[in-house]
Amino acid sequence: MTKLTDLTMAEARDGLAKGAFTAVELTSAHIKATEAQRHLNAFIVETPDLALDAAKASDARRQAGTAGSMDGLPIGIKDLFCTEGVQTTAASHILEGFKPPYESTVSGKLKAAGAVSLGKLNLDEFAMGSSNQTSYFGAVENPWKKTSAPKAKLVPGGSSGGSAAAVAARMVMAATGTDTGGSIRQPAAFCGITGIKPTYGRCSRFGIVAFASSLDQAGPMARTVRDCAIMLGAMAGHDPKDSTSVNMAVPDFEKALTGDIRGLKVGIPKEYRPDGLSDEVAKVWELGIEWIKAAGATPVEISLPHTKYALPTYYIIAPAECSSNLARYDGLRFGLRVPGKTLDEMYKNTRAAGFGAEVRRRILIGTYVLSAGYYDAYYAKAQKVRRLIAEDFRKAFESVDIILTPTAPSAAFGQGEGTDDPVTMWLNDVFTIPTSMAGLPGLSLPAGLSKDGLPLGLQLIGRPFDEETVFRVAGVMETAANFTAKPEGI
Amino acid sequence: MAYIIQGDTGDWEIVIGLEVHAQVISKAKLFSGAATEFGAEPNTQVSFVDAGFPGMLPVINGICVEQAVRTGLGLKARINLTSVFARKNYFYADLPQGYQISQYDQPIVGEGELILDLPDGGTRTVGIERLHLEQDAGKSIHDMHPAKSFIDLNRSGVALMEIVSKPDLRSPEEAGLYLTKLRSILRYLETCDGNMQEGSMRCDANVSVRPVGSTELRDRCEIKNVNSIRFVQQAIEFEARRHIDVYEAGGTIKQETRLFDSVKGETRSMRSKENAHDYRYFPDPDLLPLVIEQSFVDGIKAGLPELPDEKKARFMAEYGLNAYDAGVLVAEKASAEFFETVAKGRDSKMACNWVMGDFFAALNATGKTIENPPVSAADLGALIDLIKDGTLSGRLAKDVFALMVETGKAPSVIVEEKGMKQVTDTGAIEAAVDAVISANADKVAQVKEGKTALLGWFTGQVMKATQGKANPAMVNEMLSKKILG
Repeated sequence: MTKLTDLTMAEARDGLAKGAFTAVELTSAHIKATEAQRHLNAFIVETPDLALDAAKASDARRQAGTAGSMDGLPIGIKDLFCTEGVQTTAASHILEGFKPPYESTVSGKLKAAGAVSLGKLNLDEFAMGSSNQTSYFGAVENPWKKTSAPKAKLVPGGSSGGSAAAVAARMVMAATGTDTGGSIRQPAAFCGITGIKPTYGRCSRFGIVAFASSLDQAGPMARTVRDCAIMLGAMAGHDPKDSTSVNMAVPDFEKALTGDIRGLKVGIPKEYRPDGLSDEVAKVWELGIEWIKAAGATPVEISLPHTKYALPTYYIIAPAECSSNLARYDGLRFGLRVPGKTLDEMYKNTRAAGFGAEVRRRILIGTYVLSAGYYDAYYAKAQKVRRLIAEDFRKAFESVDIILTPTAPSAAFGQGEGTDDPVTMWLNDVFTIPTSMAGLPGLSLPAGLSKDGLPLGLQLIGRPFDEETVFRVAGVMETAANFTAKPEGI
Repeated sequence: MAYIIQGDTGDWEIVIGLEVHAQVISKAKLFSGAATEFGAEPNTQVSFVDAGFPGMLPVINGICVEQAVRTGLGLKARINLTSVFARKNYFYADLPQGYQISQYDQPIVGEGELILDLPDGGTRTVGIERLHLEQDAGKSIHDMHPAKSFIDLNRSGVALMEIVSKPDLRSPEEAGLYLTKLRSILRYLETCDGNMQEGSMRCDANVSVRPVGSTELRDRCEIKNVNSIRFVQQAIEFEARRHIDVYEAGGTIKQETRLFDSVKGETRSMRSKENAHDYRYFPDPDLLPLVIEQSFVDGIKAGLPELPDEKKARFMAEYGLNAYDAGVLVAEKASAEFFETVAKGRDSKMACNWVMGDFFAALNATGKTIENPPVSAADLGALIDLIKDGTLSGRLAKDVFALMVETGKAPSVIVEEKGMKQVTDTGAIEAAVDAVISANADKVAQVKEGKTALLGWFTGQVMKATQGKANPAMVNEMLSKKILG
């Protein structure tokens, strides 16, 4: 029999239903895995005791016939989601020790569906970063290794790096992520797993520590397309506590996995083939196009002319919103306080000590672009460009049903590489950011391995609130890709 | 009502614009479900949203939106079906989120107008620039500890309507009239209780001066958070004088924010307005643009009460009151209602005289309110009825009224108990008249010689003799018949 930690959620769900094993057994196996993989630094807080209690309660529910859609399935929660009574830090010193007296809507819905949380997963500080090296609690290590340099530690991607690493290393069956400019999709690609950023408004943001409110969106990260579909079903839905969450029914995403994509038109944007795109990535993309053709869909070349402006625009809007969202960390009501002789000095001391370099950089940029003299030159203009980017997609979707692109320009890189130049670091999100700017659903799935044995991801972008088509195409591609590789030693 | 200040170099006029922060009457705050009651223990009415905790999101309270629209309609203003909430970013200890959610370039209510009721009975229209919704900040208390400040977040997130006038006001008196009228409208609409002592209505005054005849707008100073109409007037007066003195000494006025010290009666610099240029605004990404339907606005419009201006016009037309009296009576909804109850089916001028005269005097003297009056409208009406049917003379009525205030009893009861009925019995009056005539033969002679003014003295004597109960008209008639034949 397959190891319990190698099961997909769908398989584990069936096993639990048949009584092949209990939630306590399943949870215990994953707790052991988290202990064995601690060197990856994927968790900020482990909650094994709470998990076992939850697993016992799940077994009781199953006995009583009241099990939910994710009952007994061990997952991890990105430490950006507030969890009642369990430390929530956003990987920042400024929130160290903060135990929210409330639960985020999404983590609360997962609990309500019966999911068992093993703890809080590491991330880039306040979700700012593409390599998970900005966490106050230390970098997360990717469980994958280069065949050419098996000792080198690789980044898992960011910001949901802890989530991606924990899922890839079989510590949890799935995890929550949040995606602002690619923070679910890029780490999913780097760690060889699947993750979807749903349409903005599909999941509630209530209780998620805000980074850039107009972009932040929660989504599932798991090892299969089906598992993502199961989990998104449990996470999504209207929340009266979030004015931007959309009041529309949540479809049965799993049912969308029909395996039939005949007749669909798949857009291939020419702008996603920039100079210097790695050959390996270009090759995997070509492969992906072959798979969809073989399945009866038609690739169509499309143009998204404003793609090149997406990255600079994002790095105006996201920091602007972050500078405002992070103003509340002032040392007055919760988290860190470093005293000062005056109020201003206390603010300065607290924020200087509490925020890391990347967070400070973005706050400064955001404060600058919003300041009265520069607002029109930067923020107002960026909002206009953002509308043009969204319009590109809207026009494209008049002729295609879905868009296929690479997820990231390269495979995972080594810890410490490129971190001296923040702008190089920001380029990692060049393929994911336009989708975020337009609020569209985007899914990354593993499509192959690089020469160095590292996973490469492909991205599917759908129409607003059409996650079903995204899942349907992803399911077909997943079958074609038959990605069975695992990190060495897992 | 030209208000001119004479300077050494010539005549100056004041240009005033007022920004009023009016606390919306609602059970819950603008973006959270927390309560808004005044005077609660510190930090007992604070939700995690108000305290700016991580992951908390604002959700617009529909009642507050309704109240803002209602107020906009009361100010005859344009209602914007789409408005946008923005974040106004600045650091302050009692601003938990580090920004205030307000409306910036797209407020819910646009231009409107307000009519001032001038003391001479005339009116003048003042422009309203806008009304927008915003959340209040908390309160910092600095005098409880030598080194620490205490923060009370009870007010944090309470809904305020910022009502901004155009710079149309030209004198401290007009500023006072503006505030009085605005408060009256807000109270009629029941959208703000207008209580300046409790801070539910606060006023910032923007003041500048210019030579008479000039149309320029010079740099203004903003006097913040003045909490009584009288202080607003004093502050404007002081500030205008200060500007003139500076200009006439060859100086310049810098735009700044000032505070009014009500003890010394002067303004002083609070902070330079330079910081204000650095407020960082942008549309709040946690809130979608606020879109309301015309039908929603129409529904509110249909439910509006009769407002002071309309009521005043009706009182003048329906009851024949002059503009001043009508203006006084309608200033408070309750006094207008009181008057109408008294006047119903009676002589409206008589009702007006009694309400504005003896009744208002009794209100002042007893310290009672119109809601809990010293004499009920029904009793005052009954008193007027007793005058009309001849039971009481005007003079007796005043005595009865005094007893009504004192005892709270109905006028008929007092008349009965004290036997204060006017005497109209001819026999009784004749006896009293005869007695006075026979006791004052010398004066009778004088009247007959032509000193008819003395007849009044005779009337007084008869009234005295009958303890004021005799019908004065009958007494007069009988006296002149008996003396002059």
